[in-house]
Amino acid sequence: MADRVKLQIDGKTVEAPAGALLINVARQAGIDIPAFCYYDGLALQAACRMCLVEVEKAPKLLAACTLPVTDGMVVRTETAQVREARKAMLEFLLTNHPLDCPVCDKGGECELQDAVFRYGAGESRFTEEKLHVPEAQWSPVVYYDAPRCILCYRCVRICDEGLGVRALGVVNRGATTEIAPNRGDHLECDECGMCIDICPVGALTSGIYRYKTRPWEMKHVGTICTHCGDGCKTTLGVYGGQIIRGNNRDRSGINDEFLCIKGRYAFDFVHHPDRLRTPLVRRNGQLVETSWAEALDLVARKFSEVKARGRKFGVIGSNRTTNEENYVLQTFVRQGLGTNNLDHHRTGDVVSLVAALAGRQGALAASADLYQRKAALIVAADLAQQHPLLAFLLRANWRHHQARVYVVTPGPVREDSYAVRSVRAPSGEELAAVESLRDALAAEPELVILFGDSVKGERVRRLVEFGDSLGISVQYVCLLDYSNSRGAADMGVLPDLLPGYAPVEASGAPPGLTLPEMLDAPDLDVLWVIGANPLARRALTSKEAFVVVQDLFLTETAARADVILPAASAYEKTGTVTNTCGEVQRLRKAVEIPGTKSDLEIFGLLARRMGLPFGPWRPEEVWEEIRANVSGYNVPSALLAAGGAFPTFPASGLHSVRPKPELIRSAGDTLFTSGTLGRYCKTLSSVREAPGTLYRS
Amino acid sequence: MTFSPQLEARFEKLLRSYPPGRQRAALVPMLLYAQDEVGAVTPEVVEEIGRRLGVSTLEIEEVISYYSMLRRTPAGKHHIQICTNISCMLLGAEELWEHACRRLGIGHREVTPDGQFSLEEVECIGACSWAPALLVNYDYHHHMTPEKLDRLIESLRKPQ
Amino acid sequence: MLYNEPSPLEVRLLTRRFGLPNSASIETYLATEGYVAFRKALQMSPEQIIEEVKISNLRGRGGAGFPTGLKWSFVPRQSPKPKFVVVNADEGEPGTCKDRVLMENDPHQLLEGMLIAGLAVGAHTGYIYIRGEYRYLIEIMDRAIEEAYQHGYLGKNILGSGFDFDVYTHTGAGSYECGEESALLESLEGKRGIPRIRPPFPAVVGAFQCPTVLNNVETFCAIPAIIRDGGAAFAALGTPKNGGTRLFAISGHVNRPGVYELPMGFNLLRMIHEVAGGIRNGKKLKAVIPGGTSCPVLKAEECDIPMDFDSLARAKSMLGSGGVIVMDEDTCMVKVALRIMKFYAHESCGWCVPCREGTLWLKKLLTRFHEGQGRRSEIDLIGGLARNMLGRTFCPLGDAAAMPTISLVEKFYEEFEAHLDGKPCPYEIKTAVRV
Ligand SMILES: Cc1cc2nc3c(=O)[nH]c(=O)nc-3n(C[C@H](O)[C@H](O)[C@H](O)COP(=O)(O)O)c2cc1C
Ligand code: SF4
Ligand code: FES
Repeated sequence: MADRVKLQIDGKTVEAPAGALLINVARQAGIDIPAFCYYDGLALQAACRMCLVEVEKAPKLLAACTLPVTDGMVVRTETAQVREARKAMLEFLLTNHPLDCPVCDKGGECELQDAVFRYGAGESRFTEEKLHVPEAQWSPVVYYDAPRCILCYRCVRICDEGLGVRALGVVNRGATTEIAPNRGDHLECDECGMCIDICPVGALTSGIYRYKTRPWEMKHVGTICTHCGDGCKTTLGVYGGQIIRGNNRDRSGINDEFLCIKGRYAFDFVHHPDRLRTPLVRRNGQLVETSWAEALDLVARKFSEVKARGRKFGVIGSNRTTNEENYVLQTFVRQGLGTNNLDHHRTGDVVSLVAALAGRQGALAASADLYQRKAALIVAADLAQQHPLLAFLLRANWRHHQARVYVVTPGPVREDSYAVRSVRAPSGEELAAVESLRDALAAEPELVILFGDSVKGERVRRLVEFGDSLGISVQYVCLLDYSNSRGAADMGVLPDLLPGYAPVEASGAPPGLTLPEMLDAPDLDVLWVIGANPLARRALTSKEAFVVVQDLFLTETAARADVILPAASAYEKTGTVTNTCGEVQRLRKAVEIPGTKSDLEIFGLLARRMGLPFGPWRPEEVWEEIRANVSGYNVPSALLAAGGAFPTFPASGLHSVRPKPELIRSAGDTLFTSGTLGRYCKTLSSVREAPGTLYRS
Repeated sequence: MTFSPQLEARFEKLLRSYPPGRQRAALVPMLLYAQDEVGAVTPEVVEEIGRRLGVSTLEIEEVISYYSMLRRTPAGKHHIQICTNISCMLLGAEELWEHACRRLGIGHREVTPDGQFSLEEVECIGACSWAPALLVNYDYHHHMTPEKLDRLIESLRKPQ
Repeated sequence: MLYNEPSPLEVRLLTRRFGLPNSASIETYLATEGYVAFRKALQMSPEQIIEEVKISNLRGRGGAGFPTGLKWSFVPRQSPKPKFVVVNADEGEPGTCKDRVLMENDPHQLLEGMLIAGLAVGAHTGYIYIRGEYRYLIEIMDRAIEEAYQHGYLGKNILGSGFDFDVYTHTGAGSYECGEESALLESLEGKRGIPRIRPPFPAVVGAFQCPTVLNNVETFCAIPAIIRDGGAAFAALGTPKNGGTRLFAISGHVNRPGVYELPMGFNLLRMIHEVAGGIRNGKKLKAVIPGGTSCPVLKAEECDIPMDFDSLARAKSMLGSGGVIVMDEDTCMVKVALRIMKFYAHESCGWCVPCREGTLWLKKLLTRFHEGQGRRSEIDLIGGLARNMLGRTFCPLGDAAAMPTISLVEKFYEEFEAHLDGKPCPYEIKTAVRV
């Protein structure tokens, strides 16, 4: 193998591809070369000079972070000279560093602190006056303390290269060099906090977490973000029963260390003062507090009575509840209430996609495919606004592997800046534009097609036909809005499809009412809404309907309820969720909000009161049932419990669809909104960025 | 904002100097030439040049704050830059500098109240063999002494 | 214009037109063998031109002294990208003011050198990167470029040869670091003058990410003579491996400071005493920085030395940019160290840790020292910090700051000691304004 070289590092013979960077080759061989400015996947800087090593025949120490390995190279990484040089660099770094570690948010997680510990540059010979610059607040989220900054330029690069935002720059020169925000004294950006997370020291800190605690005093709970459909792992830092931080520094999820503002900061709804903590019932037109027992009794009684009379139920499920909850809900509704009047707010036409693919395995792209496949086509979606992780992965794919990206959207999107072709096409007319790219796409070795909500019904089938006709390997992503939109469909929270997209006719019953049909039905007796806000913009037609709502807040829908049951959020329960790519992942409970119950528990309590032959359930048991019964969900439970993500393909064959394009509508959320829940995330509303109009760069 | 026809012509020539798609290369010259005409790199100048070159304000700020000749507030009508680097220092540049400060009653990067003069202590200006030297705007004055500086200031004060 | 009287000891090759009436005009140039070398080069193959430059033993006049012919040979022959010729006219090294007179008095010589470089590497565009303070030189160069276009020495199909070449001036805006070749290229592209990671070197990835020949003004100015008279004739003027003449800018405490063209290897003491008229006011020589402030200082007794790259390297100093800074016995070397460090701290681009923090720390330390507030242990700290920078910075600016400092502490240790314990600078009073 001519393109591999052999070299020696600290006496160890190592083989590596020619041209690989010494720092990586050494790290892979288990030899850690310290570095501040080097960051895997970002542009090379060679600025911190911590990675200096001895290379035989070189007259001076060389920076391992920019040194390509060559055959026969002999490297020493921990000689006295090297250690002395590193110590010297640390001594230089500390000259203008404030050494306020005891009050610094980064204390205990600081790479500078660790390096000083390792190389022993603790006491400085510097006795001059330090440069002083006051701390600056750049946004509600981002604070910058210039003297702590070691100018590794990681933040600048992650913002520019990683996000494509370029909100951070470098100003002045020499010792007065500083990082600066793009709007003079403040930031206008995605507020994703990646810069804070990537900062090796406490120069960039988060307004959300500042001075709240010391890192080692927190409990860290890795769970899945409850906002968009991308399914990022967020590790919640819990202290004193409160979530005070979100990040993913252990890089254990599909998102590696990426998080957007929602995954990183929008956990504050959990502790929002408006959170419902007691069941409410309507008495004399007023909602009054009551006990769980009384509220559940009332609901169970009403449900049994309506069921007994054979009257009309309407049940609306959630895009954010777990697979287990969704699965149990549909069982409850179909077997317990005897109806198929079950639906949820569908934010993309995954039903049509699954039908069009007719059980073809491997045709759905996993999130990793967005980083690995050679080409991608984005149809009718503002990825950077609505699917931050997917946008990040695609951009990284372009940066690292020169992936070729095509865009067909009604308006400008951030992806235009690196796309090989961008075509503007009005909403609903994208397919003609896609057709115009046929030759270029057919020339690609493989392709991932991502499509938004305006590609629905018949158009999904045509898009898949188009993909099939290209004669190359094509994978699809149907873009869905929320953390478990996909799971809601997979688990059969639909009037016409059972879990795994099996048609309800198979069970002998006719399909039920769709969501708008329920709201329109003048004779609806019960409307049961779980974690959804269908009455946000319209009224319920049936004046007589008894409305039961399970939710976190007193939403517009809850305000119309006869009984409100305060529910636990995703951060307060275990279970699984499935992201827009179909990857199933596990939620872990971070905190408990007294007075609330998980939807699963509520279902169980209601079932018992109604004398139904099922429940109570434990999430783990339901999960095993899902694995056994829902096609495509038979993924390894142990690995899932360990925090993995597994692609599911939930349909075994062709099924018919009733194209109802009018049912498909994205909520149009942006980086700074998250449906009704977003209203209760103070962080999202405190940043000064406009909530980002779609299709505007 | 608008620039003089001469400056526009200069800009036009500049923009033709660089390979296609590389017009950003004109940034530093454009900023400096605009400063010469406007007196400073004002926010309006930044915006206008940024617009013409398709460069963000932040990127221009990065550049302005790097180059020592670019400034955000106007200098005096006669901007006196005194080199105190080694060759000039050896021949009395520091004394010359102090003399200038006393004489004009201003310090480094300051402007006299009448806006006539400003002072700047600068690094080597490439006149070492004819030290001590200074620049008034872009004109070199070599072999300076405090007395010669006084005469120079007097002659500049006179309305031309 | 000339700012000092020439010396009879000069060998005037690059400065031969200095002092002629209208020396900057193309008429004068053409009347004095101007563009003859270019016409000759048109008849040569690129390999022949590069070979001639190699034979000349011309070494870069910007500071590092890299053999020019060799550098040109690194430019890939075949390249799908355009290639460029870039002139480094940033002239920022303290003690150096030679490029200025070359451009002012004989701009066409520079243009001819660029044209020949263009032929040698197959480039069709040249940029002259001129420091912002040299505005009047931009006007002079622009005028010369205009003349060259009018006379058919620039533009399309030059002299019917089929060779195209365009030249543009480009101004800097105040940054010493932009003289460093890769920082210069960044600056040329409209960015901050932060050096690039090398390799790749500019010959392969230079201006606008294309192969580029980048040399100092004086280096280009030597090319016409080399091609016209042959590389061997140029080489013969200097010492082995150090071909030709070079322009020395002599400054400091001498009677006749100025820019003089002398053969490589010219003895430094003779330069000071015979060319520059000796130390002024009858004082004694104390020390010389032989090639701009980036070079280690030589004590008076080390000055009997041929001024070429190799001899100075043997003496652990450098020929650098040819800026000879002469200091008499009254010069405070702590002050010199301080002033030099103040410069580097001001000019450090700030990119890498050791240079950014080291220059500032040393500046502060030396300031305190010069005020008599130094502690004995800190004399070694000065040298130690400089050594901690040496060879470890991102670009050679850190070395440039460290090297003179190390030599000053080493060679004038007792002067640092004399500043301890609150004692006033023993030299302060004597550094008087020259009359
Ligand atoms: C900090 C620094 C400043 C420099 N400044 C200049 C300069 O002002 N002019 C110059 O010609 N070379 C300067 N150089 C050297 C250039 O990097 C480069 O070596 C030179 O221009 C190459 O031309 P030459 O081979 O003809 O010498 C500088 C180098 C460094 C490290
Ligand atoms: S990209 Fe989506 S899943 Fe990831 S952090 Fe943001 S909102 Fe959460
Ligand atoms: S990691 Fe190599 S210089 Fe920073």
